[in-house]
Amino acid sequence: METMELVRGSLDHCVKCTICETFCPVSNVTPLFPGPKYVGPQAERLRTGEGSPDASLDYCSACGICTFVCPQGVKVAEINAKARAAMKAEHGVPLRDRLIARTTLMGKLGTPVAPVANWFFGNQPLRRLVEKTVKVHHEAPMPRYAGRTFQSWARSHTPLQDAAHAVVLFHGCNINYFEPKLGEMAVAVLEHNGLRVLIPPQECCGLPLQSNGLFDDARSYIRKLTQSFLPYANRGYEVLAMSTSCGLMLKREAREMLDLQDDEDLKTVSAHTYDICEFLLALHDHGELKTDFKPLPMTVTYHPPCQLMGHWMGKPALDLFALIPELKVEETDAECCGMAGTYGLKAEKYDIAMAVGAPVFQQVKDVRPDLVASDGETCRWQIQKATGVESVHPVEVLYKAYGLGG
Amino acid sequence: MSADVVVLGAGLSGLTAALRLAEGGLRTVLVAQGVGATHLAPPTIDVLGYDPELVESPAQALPAFAAAHADHPYARISAETVAAGIGWFRDKVPGLGYVGSLDENLLVPTAVGAAKPTAIVPEAMAAGDLRSGGRFVFVGLRAFKSFYPAYLAENLCRAKLSSGATVEARGIQLNDPGQEPDVTCMEYARQFERPEFRKAVTSELLPQLQAEEKVGFPSVLGLDDHRAVWQELQDVLQRPVFEVPSLPPSVPGIRLFRALRKALRSAGGRLVLGPVAVGAETSNGTVDALVVQASANRPTTYAAKWFVLATGGFATGAIDLDSFGEVRETVLGLPVAGVPDVEALRFSPGYFEDHPMARAGLAVDEHLRPVDADGNPAFGNVYAVGAVLGGAEPWREHSGNGLAIATGFAAASEILEGAS
Repeated sequence: METMELVRGSLDHCVKCTICETFCPVSNVTPLFPGPKYVGPQAERLRTGEGSPDASLDYCSACGICTFVCPQGVKVAEINAKARAAMKAEHGVPLRDRLIARTTLMGKLGTPVAPVANWFFGNQPLRRLVEKTVKVHHEAPMPRYAGRTFQSWARSHTPLQDAAHAVVLFHGCNINYFEPKLGEMAVAVLEHNGLRVLIPPQECCGLPLQSNGLFDDARSYIRKLTQSFLPYANRGYEVLAMSTSCGLMLKREAREMLDLQDDEDLKTVSAHTYDICEFLLALHDHGELKTDFKPLPMTVTYHPPCQLMGHWMGKPALDLFALIPELKVEETDAECCGMAGTYGLKAEKYDIAMAVGAPVFQQVKDVRPDLVASDGETCRWQIQKATGVESVHPVEVLYKAYGLGG
Repeated sequence: MSADVVVLGAGLSGLTAALRLAEGGLRTVLVAQGVGATHLAPPTIDVLGYDPELVESPAQALPAFAAAHADHPYARISAETVAAGIGWFRDKVPGLGYVGSLDENLLVPTAVGAAKPTAIVPEAMAAGDLRSGGRFVFVGLRAFKSFYPAYLAENLCRAKLSSGATVEARGIQLNDPGQEPDVTCMEYARQFERPEFRKAVTSELLPQLQAEEKVGFPSVLGLDDHRAVWQELQDVLQRPVFEVPSLPPSVPGIRLFRALRKALRSAGGRLVLGPVAVGAETSNGTVDALVVQASANRPTTYAAKWFVLATGGFATGAIDLDSFGEVRETVLGLPVAGVPDVEALRFSPGYFEDHPMARAGLAVDEHLRPVDADGNPAFGNVYAVGAVLGGAEPWREHSGNGLAIATGFAAASEILEGAS
């Protein structure tokens, strides 16, 4: 089926029940965004190729909760993303959006000069200058460059030799440039379970470009990434995504949003893509996950990212945490931390993002956990910045519980 | 994925079944394409309101009703099970403070000023009970376009109560603070959680109230802090305050959804929202696994020992009538009962008339397992609950939420019995 039909055609299933509007984290905090049903299935009928009748569309954070909760299968978020890309194509994409959407480029530029880059992003007067010039909010959280890449570690790492089963790690840009240690922990957890971990060279999935309306560029990135994994998928290897949003891009979003529904290569890779916790839980279901977890007497607040919910697989990290003795886990009640990828970086949207995330931050402050766990890197940056509580990927909790850190 | 039980559908019947199963110690996964009707309908628990005349006591009326309607889900479960299910439900959501009983229906006003019979209601709706008559005032909010107090009050004054009591009702339209011309119920619910807004409302309202009046608001009195909001309004206005169910989305229904979701999570149940159920793996008359399509381009299976179908009716796509006049159950292809012949009357011309097609749905045995035309269970380990069941007309009988809870509870009880 044509993507256009699949996405736009779904609006005929909208019965105007407004369930999406009751969940929308953005319209719930600001009148600037009138809600997903209004700008989605309703306004879409008035978009006739002569542009969008409504610029408020730009305030959608692309969290995807509307599609996730819709009981009728309307692709609300996807309709909005496509309409926004068309709107941006017409009015032009700001320099800021072009910059923050290129994570591979930002990573390559910053890594060799990490101390300088980290100083720069931590310097408030400079950040205010950045806000004035390129409209990135001076308080918005920024990742810290590791000064090395995960790929360089991977090249010198010898995979398990006599493993019965091999998997491919889709580490993503975050691990490559900002959190290489997390990538090493993931490899250790997988190797602890007797898996041979393959780490082919890989670049950005194109998600930040897509969410900023740069569809042509996003398409070339996802096609390139697809080719990085295709040979492995063709051999039946699972591709394990460490970033929940980038994993969703491979699974579904690129096909639906970028008119790639009929791309056979992408369909093949999608069929073999798993979120890492989804995969580990599936191992457990088959009785193949090692459960030699040591007691971890600590409290963890778990925040499931919106994009994780878009996988339509529940919250596998919570099920894995339940296997760890003495670990106390509390889940956040509010749906979204506000960050939504690059949304919360933008000067004009920063306050909205913080208002969206306020209930999450408050819950963390009330619980005072030892750690926050969240599968999405931008959620971790957002929550850590707003609460001061160290925020980690669920795999890091498993790594600790396996006692792999020594 | 594997579990003991997979419940399909996240409306009231699915949430009820899943919660009871999880609390009963079974590994329970609730899978649903999206959120269910709790977000749309009021959380009043109607068990039986009309038969076809007004029912004053559901407990007394149920046995005769079941005997007279052999195809009705209430004919498959005992009145004791219905009562046990409703009682169990009340205990599971203590935060909503449900009041009432199956012995007597309350009569509460709707947004259009009808007097609606219902068995149990959240505490914040109880003061709206019209049975003893009295003086009521209904409060409209400046920018809330789903609630017209004068219209409500005028209609309500015409309501004929069997007790002979009379209702005096009037409306007050407030000019509460704010500039937006159109404010949703969700936004008003948030506004009511702000002390300054409550103060503005009560300051404007209090001088206009008369003695002995009970004060009805649209059902937007807060979301998370609802109980505190409601209690403060009663304290400040010094009169009983109640919510009137208003148009969708349903703020009090969202409170119920959140309470049940939280209870399910605490009981160890898992909620998987998003995937579309596309079929099942079966062998020897049992379902081995439910097959769903999630985000990746591959089918995902949920293996379990038992399956509960809580998928809803025509409105949710659980039962489908195609343009050739064929009716089918969309997940497992189960036989649909009560479908009128193509030559017979299927739909009536008037919206409010009797539509024979509306009673189509799954027929079940006394264990709530869907059956074929011969009355044999289609699968030994599949149960059906809620609106997917045929033979009922919840909108006419005022039985929807009661059926959802009673059948959800009963099916879960059957499974727990089989498991022990």
